[in-house]
Amino acid sequence: MTTDLAIEAENLARSYRTRTGWLRPQRKTIEAVRGVHLAVGRGELFGLLGPNGAGKTTTIKMLNTLLLPTSGTARILGYDVARDALEVRRRIGYVFGGDRGLYERLSALDNLRYFAELYGVEPREQLPRIQELLETVGLSGREKERVEGYSRGMRQKLHIARGLLHRPQVLFLDEPSIGVDPAAARELRRVVADLVAGGTTVLLTTHYMAEADELCDRIAVIASGTLRAEGTPAELKDRVRKLDVLEVEVHDAVGPEHLQRLRDTAGIEQATVETSGTVDVVTVHARPSHGTHAAVLAALADLRTGKVTTREPTLEDAYLSIINGTTTGSA
Amino acid sequence: MALPTRRDVHRFWRLMAVGVRTHVLYLSRSGLELVMAVFAPIVFATLAVYLFRAGDQPDRLLQAAVGAGLMGVWSAVLFGGGGAIQEQRWMGTLETLVAAPTRLSLVLLPITFATAVVGMYSLIATVAWGVVLFGIPLTPASPLLFVPAMLVCVVALGMMGLLMAATFVLLRNANSLANGLEYPVWMFSGVLVSTATLPEWTRPITWALPTSWAARAVQAATGGGEVVWPSAVALGLGLAYVALALVALVWVERRARGTGTLALT
Repeated sequence: MTTDLAIEAENLARSYRTRTGWLRPQRKTIEAVRGVHLAVGRGELFGLLGPNGAGKTTTIKMLNTLLLPTSGTARILGYDVARDALEVRRRIGYVFGGDRGLYERLSALDNLRYFAELYGVEPREQLPRIQELLETVGLSGREKERVEGYSRGMRQKLHIARGLLHRPQVLFLDEPSIGVDPAAARELRRVVADLVAGGTTVLLTTHYMAEADELCDRIAVIASGTLRAEGTPAELKDRVRKLDVLEVEVHDAVGPEHLQRLRDTAGIEQATVETSGTVDVVTVHARPSHGTHAAVLAALADLRTGKVTTREPTLEDAYLSIINGTTTGSA
Repeated sequence: MALPTRRDVHRFWRLMAVGVRTHVLYLSRSGLELVMAVFAPIVFATLAVYLFRAGDQPDRLLQAAVGAGLMGVWSAVLFGGGGAIQEQRWMGTLETLVAAPTRLSLVLLPITFATAVVGMYSLIATVAWGVVLFGIPLTPASPLLFVPAMLVCVVALGMMGLLMAATFVLLRNANSLANGLEYPVWMFSGVLVSTATLPEWTRPITWALPTSWAARAVQAATGGGEVVWPSAVALGLGLAYVALALVALVWVERRARGTGTLALT
């Protein structure tokens, strides 16, 4: 089956039904993903960004055949994820972040041997392939140790090695760098970049904007189960380039009323706050105007303000702007 | 459906061998499993021996030890097979197993056989403790058929375990089901007490369980009686359970993908 697209999704949706209580059960339907459209070309590195509970993992699990869509269709390299699950599984790898997903009481080598068998790697190819992957992810020499003694970064590397055993054409990476230290995260990024250079299609979900900015050819932002925006990192940043980004250090606690006051101010598109050490940093996205600076400080007049800086918008600004509904539609 | 090629058959046996090795290795490295493996057979052997001594049947002590061992095999298959699936769900490996391009039945079969192998150890250990601690004479009525009958029993239980495993894939709270199944199957299989003492209406259940035929064969090899016929029925029923499991697993996998029960979240 030949197609230029590695991943296609049309109107993909998934809902869950939950039930609470026994005597008078309350049934609720949760719409986790609502009508997602995706088209990822072969050899592309596509990022799926979104807050917790946005529907990223549910989307990935539908694409990798672990969940059936409630409606809509999806194809991997032309194979339908619902009907041709086995064909899809032969061609994909799935790596997720965190501590789970490995046999803790077994060594990395035993884990990889078992999965090599399950993934149908030819017997005579298994050991050389395992050695090659251990080398690639930097676990050579530690493969005989039990996984329970591994650090988070080492487990993540082992996850990646497991996902690559059968040389998948499409790789799903679901938050692979979660909880990994910066050095290990950089190593992971190198491995992912090498894979894409070798022709593997990668769909990556991450919370780290710098990671997405550095790696992804294209990015889609998902929130509340719907795609809010799609484009290259540069295109997404362009959406907020027309806005000034002001950061104000505040030495008192910033309350919701202050943020609301800022949002109600003419010319201000978005206002968020983040605590950094002993200060709260208020980030304001505002349309360029001579009066913005003064208007922001006026809205925070009852607080002790410190340094005020203006900077270039980043992918994170674009992301926050999209998530908060300031800008919508395709880039 | 195409017939399996020589390569498919070769792959099947490799998968079984690597899978059973992996899961036996994994089970054998659990501290809890090791403690259970040492103490459970002693408890089973003690209970059985004192029960039979109190019942004025000291001549049947070996049968008592074997029966107690069979209880251990069923517990190992039920809690091992079910527990293994549940543990895989907790560990997050169930999703990686399902996402592999191998039929779910072929993924689960080595897991249930691994638990049956652990169960086999339990049977041997119970008899061994009976011999060492209580001086039970190891003189089976059919010495040549004793070991094959035990092997058939383990294989039949492993095959039955596959059907159990299918249920455990579907249900997130499978442990409660396992708890409810442990004692009835012991009873209906007549591993320790003859099914002749049970009410008439339980007969169909007894006949449908490979465990009861396997237990009958092992007891016959120990105390005398027909061994081959009940062993053959146990294997036949075991194969029927496998066939049922193969059909069920296709539905179970699809249903689990539909309901999203492969993961905890």
